Amino acid sequence: MPERNPPGMLHATWLVARKDLAIEFRTRTAFFSALLFALLGLTIFYFAWDPTAVAAIDLAPGVLWVIFVFSGLLGLQRSFSVEQADRAIDALLAAPVDREAIYLGKALANFLFVAAVQAISLPALALFYNLPVSQAFLPIAGIAVLAAIGIVSVGTMFSSMAVNTRLAELLLPMLALPFFIPIVMAAAVSTSRLLAGRPVADVMPWLRILVAFDLVFVVACTLAFPYTLEE
Amino acid sequence: MPPALSATEAVTRSVVMAEGLVRAFSGRRAVDNVTFSLDAGECLALFGPNGAGKTTLLRLLAGLLSPTSGSCSIGGTVLRSGSTARGQVGLVSHASMLYAPLTALENVEFTARMYGLRDPRAAARAALHTMRVLDRADTPVRSLSRGLQQRVSIARAIVHAPQLLLCDEPYTGLDDVGSGALTAALTERREAGAALLLVTHNLSEGLALATHAAIMRRGKFVRFESRADVHASSYALEYRELAAADA
Repeated sequence: MPERNPPGMLHATWLVARKDLAIEFRTRTAFFSALLFALLGLTIFYFAWDPTAVAAIDLAPGVLWVIFVFSGLLGLQRSFSVEQADRAIDALLAAPVDREAIYLGKALANFLFVAAVQAISLPALALFYNLPVSQAFLPIAGIAVLAAIGIVSVGTMFSSMAVNTRLAELLLPMLALPFFIPIVMAAAVSTSRLLAGRPVADVMPWLRILVAFDLVFVVACTLAFPYTLEE
Repeated sequence: MPPALSATEAVTRSVVMAEGLVRAFSGRRAVDNVTFSLDAGECLALFGPNGAGKTTLLRLLAGLLSPTSGSCSIGGTVLRSGSTARGQVGLVSHASMLYAPLTALENVEFTARMYGLRDPRAAARAALHTMRVLDRADTPVRSLSRGLQQRVSIARAIVHAPQLLLCDEPYTGLDDVGSGALTAALTERREAGAALLLVTHNLSEGLALATHAAIMRRGKFVRFESRADVHASSYALEYRELAAADA
């Protein structure tokens, strides 16, 4: 018998994430779809915008977070559909690793996916709306990271539940979007204030909400995930 | 006469032991009070008409389903008590359980890493070699024919040298070379002390490797006997009658 040392939680998490990223890197379908969606959304909002009626600084945060949420959903949708195609999920679940590691690996891959879309969309937004992001770039990037953690923690969990249904594409947004409301609210208000030149201390209450949301939902979804797999 | 084994000794010696295994879906029992055990080197050929509960039984033994009641242990460890027991099981199913965008080698190597093999790449290459598909190791699975995908799927199932190998119609889609490679791999696993559970509709194929044979119907084992007690022609007749009765 070959020598074995089954991977621990962190190692298994990384193995699952790396596998998902390898699949995405090989196909690039979800990433390019999400990126295209984000850029098209920015373009449409830009041409629908009347600068004499609404200032860019008031409109842009809302546009940014609507686009982040919906482009993120495209990646989350794919997270478990790749497992479902040839029942690869069965091989994954039969492996001698904790099922929480499967969730964390999927969430990590989704986080990197959402972060990559954000990394391209944020400069594009600044360009379209001529926003003064340079002085608030780091705090906004921090908000984006916190919001992305919240979005993928909830979205990954609901993706695993929705994938077994016939209306998976419809069900995932319906399940996840209500949970995204506190994230979008906190992130959009924080971004708006930072773009208006207000200090970071001014948005701390909203950042605390984001951190609390992340902590609660990362822990809750990790613990609940194994039960979503029961038939 | 060999001395009687205590329950603990029997569990320890058995590679797999199922006791009163029941799995119900919406009140209907797909697996109904199944009890059996297999020791090292034994092979159970399991026959049964469609919907008899064979695949559900395999999914229970692989740890993919939890039993409604009863228990199952692999190498003395109860399957639901943790992930350790799952590491002793290999599963070949109807579906390939492969990632189509990844290559054959990447798929098998990923499994080898998930089972914590020391040299996952070498183990993956050895498994692909066993299934005579090493020359397509760097081909994405989506570009392989159904038969070659089945060979890669079997390589994925045997890469960690499981102590219990569960095969659901493993010969489906295989050509002569693939069938020969599979039979050799199953024989090699048996000789190495693994137990096999082979689900098939093809009696001659199943009985060729079996040390035990069973017929499942409506979730229950209606026959379970040693291969030596099985007369292929009468067994085939009985199996056909059972299948026809459920049609």
